Amino acid sequence: MSKNVIETQDLTKRYNGVTAVDNLNLTIQEGEIFGMLGPNGSGKTTTILMLLGLTEPTAGQVRVLGLDPARQPLSVKARVGYIPDQVGFYDDLTAVENLMYTAKLNGIPRKEALARIDDALDRMGLSEVKDRAVKTYSRGMKQRLAVADVLIKQPHMVIMDEPTQGLDPEGAHEFLKIIRDLKDENITVLLASHLLHQVQSVCDRVGLFNQGRMAISGTVEELAQKYMKGGYRIELEAIGDREAIEKALKEVEGVTDVAYLGRDRYEVRAKGDLRAEAARAVVLAGGGLLGLHVEAPSLDDIYVRFFQEVKHDSQRQAA
Amino acid sequence: MTANARQLEAGRRGREGSPWTGLWAVVFKEMADYLTGTRMRILEILILLTAVGAVYAAMTQIRETIGRDPFLFLKLFTLSKSPIPSFVEFLGILVPLIAISLTFDAINGEFSRRTLSRVLAQPIYRDALLFGKFLAAFFTLALVLTVIWLLIIGLGLIGLGVPPSGPGIARLLVFLLATIFYGGVWLALAMVFSIVFRQPATAAMASLAVWLFFLIFWNILAGLLANVISPVRLGLPQEIIAQARVQIALARFSPTFLYGEIMAAILNPAVKMVGLGLLLPIQPQGSIPGSPLPLSQSLLLVWPQFTGLIAATILLFALGYVLFQRQEIRA
Repeated sequence: MSKNVIETQDLTKRYNGVTAVDNLNLTIQEGEIFGMLGPNGSGKTTTILMLLGLTEPTAGQVRVLGLDPARQPLSVKARVGYIPDQVGFYDDLTAVENLMYTAKLNGIPRKEALARIDDALDRMGLSEVKDRAVKTYSRGMKQRLAVADVLIKQPHMVIMDEPTQGLDPEGAHEFLKIIRDLKDENITVLLASHLLHQVQSVCDRVGLFNQGRMAISGTVEELAQKYMKGGYRIELEAIGDREAIEKALKEVEGVTDVAYLGRDRYEVRAKGDLRAEAARAVVLAGGGLLGLHVEAPSLDDIYVRFFQEVKHDSQRQAA
Repeated sequence: MTANARQLEAGRRGREGSPWTGLWAVVFKEMADYLTGTRMRILEILILLTAVGAVYAAMTQIRETIGRDPFLFLKLFTLSKSPIPSFVEFLGILVPLIAISLTFDAINGEFSRRTLSRVLAQPIYRDALLFGKFLAAFFTLALVLTVIWLLIIGLGLIGLGVPPSGPGIARLLVFLLATIFYGGVWLALAMVFSIVFRQPATAAMASLAVWLFFLIFWNILAGLLANVISPVRLGLPQEIIAQARVQIALARFSPTFLYGEIMAAILNPAVKMVGLGLLLPIQPQGSIPGSPLPLSQSLLLVWPQFTGLIAATILLFALGYVLFQRQEIRA
């Protein structure tokens, strides 16, 4: 069933000698949520514009839903919804009027459009304010209106650029739920962001971008295994003989490091979630277990670690 | 650059669908915006005052000076009473202002509202957006000018109590058309600036600078340049005429000057020559002084000026089109 919705082959874009996107090979499957992560200026937005046919690639191939965005931009744009970075609307028009313009540009007949607009606004919780001018909307409401705006064309895929930027934590949380709802309708979602912890919670797979290249990609767990060598951090509180407990913990398979933090607390570095094993080891060593807490490796850690390595590599090469 | 252009060209040849997909959606939306917007209210008041003032001034003049004239009605538009200029003179100044105020923020306004990328992500080409915006502004301008035109004719009917003659109406229609196309030049100009400059204020200033330049400075410059290019050394009539020719040729680069020439010929049937004829008191050979010309002849007289205005509009629009197609839409 899994079909490739997006395929790029050595996709490259250069602006006046600067390479914004460098030989990108990206594959996104139907129904997944893919996160493009990277600092500002790492080529995420340029990639998106090429996917939509809004800018022409310098070299390489792109296929979106099996179509070439440079040759068949209308078909691509009729099927793919795009929510740009800090999306804007016509402030003096109401939500309905704004969406009606979108519907007309998509060639949707008026009656059908009205029904779809009502439905979309309802789903985004904007029915109450649908006849108010958009200038009275908060940032979060505008962002939800943007989702309603792409739902009008009943898209196969939605591309979002920095969708949670500028939202308050609650708004961001709500918005992530909306993204998951889209996935439940089998709409493929591609989102670009630098807000890692939010992306982590919603994405099936992520790709890390740096200087126009997608350096690594995979699920968060895969990346954690590969780049953090596990990277799980278990905090453990136990009473008893400190040396015996430390020794027992070190002998647990998969544990890479044990440190005593003071006041009967220990920090265990491990390749996986070894809480059960650690607990057993403490008890067998004659200790009394008081508490156990695990921290999975976060995308932030992976990200920082990865780019540190990149920097080291380039420094080494320079030296 | 050339490789890039070639690729762009190849992409364009092969692209699907009509470039005008969604054109009318854009036109209707933009027109609705114009007609409900505040700037429209301001313009309407401005031009209404102008019309009433100019008609009033013309009417008092007509009552004083003219008895029976088959083209009495045209005088409504051309007569002036100091210090109020005639309506046509007013239009020469006002129409560019109206046109500029309609399009100076056409494209950069979409940038600053951050709506451009969202609109272009809909299944339309940039062509439709740009042309749609131009058409909407053009129709709005035409609408406003037609309303004013009807208003003046109405006021004239009441004030003068004489209906305009058939040829008079034909001339008035040509006048309206020429005024709309004169506005078209400025619409296209302000649109180009709205593409070039990211700030609407900058685009407005640049457009107004060009307008002022042609309104005031270009005539002065044309005189100075003509003096340099074709100086009068001995004071011979040939020299004077040659210099005047150069000066007019230069002055014709100004749309305001072209518009003035068209108006002179269309609204005054007695005018038999434009350009040199306006500058020097020369009668074409064999013509009876003061007798009116038929409309077809008047039109023939200013046909180059007319097509010149349209050509300038098309050229400016084409320039804007090329610039817009090449523009990167990311903010």
